[in-house]
Amino acid sequence: MAKIIIPTPLRKFTGNQATIETNGSNVLESLQSLAETHPEIKKHIFDDAGQVRKFVRLYLGDEDIKALQNEQTAVQENSVISIIPAIAGGSK
Amino acid sequence: MKLQLTETAQRLIQEHATEIYPDECCGFLYGHETEVRLVQETVPVINSKNGDKRRRFEISPVDYMRAEKYALENNTSLLGVYHSHPDHPARPSEHDLNQAVPYFSYIIVSVREGKVADLTSWQLNEANQFEEESILQNQNFIHHN
Repeated sequence: MAKIIIPTPLRKFTGNQATIETNGSNVLESLQSLAETHPEIKKHIFDDAGQVRKFVRLYLGDEDIKALQNEQTAVQENSVISIIPAIAGGSK
Repeated sequence: MKLQLTETAQRLIQEHATEIYPDECCGFLYGHETEVRLVQETVPVINSKNGDKRRRFEISPVDYMRAEKYALENNTSLLGVYHSHPDHPARPSEHDLNQAVPYFSYIIVSVREGKVADLTSWQLNEANQFEEESILQNQNFIHHN
């Protein structure tokens, strides 16, 4: 039910689509729905154990899902989920 | 992989890097991609890393969301990020590699004793390793400093 905003680095796995409509009643189900329709994106979101990757942050609207019910956070028809890659690094 | 920077884009990255020295600076790269990747605009962002900013940078998720939104609203593409390596070479560290994402160009500016010494750009290849991008213009930028 939610719309997922795909970050630019992952758009090559969604045929350059910036947003994808998904099925599912919570954040996790929405991500699984995305991975079903666009299988190549899966390894960039989930690790081998099926958990959301450490360097991926998820926001529902303007809120970090960690401040909500994490991946179990319920979504509505007009919900917008953002997948945010960690942008970090450093010289050493 | 080839990258071109407008003179203004390059100057702003260099100015930001020297201004923030000895901390690491960071910011976004916007532009368009045809045969080469043309960086037309740079937008500095706050290094949100907690603790020592001289060896690390981090961009907050909210700033990242704003950057994607900016690209969509301004008919441009988010092409990557830049950051500085104060008193270190303009080469990606292992830490840079561990957190790198596909597609993005990673511009690295080496700043030595407060002055820009080198500027390089990198992109992940299919084997998930950094490959240097050739920068097509303004090779003599160091002497303009």
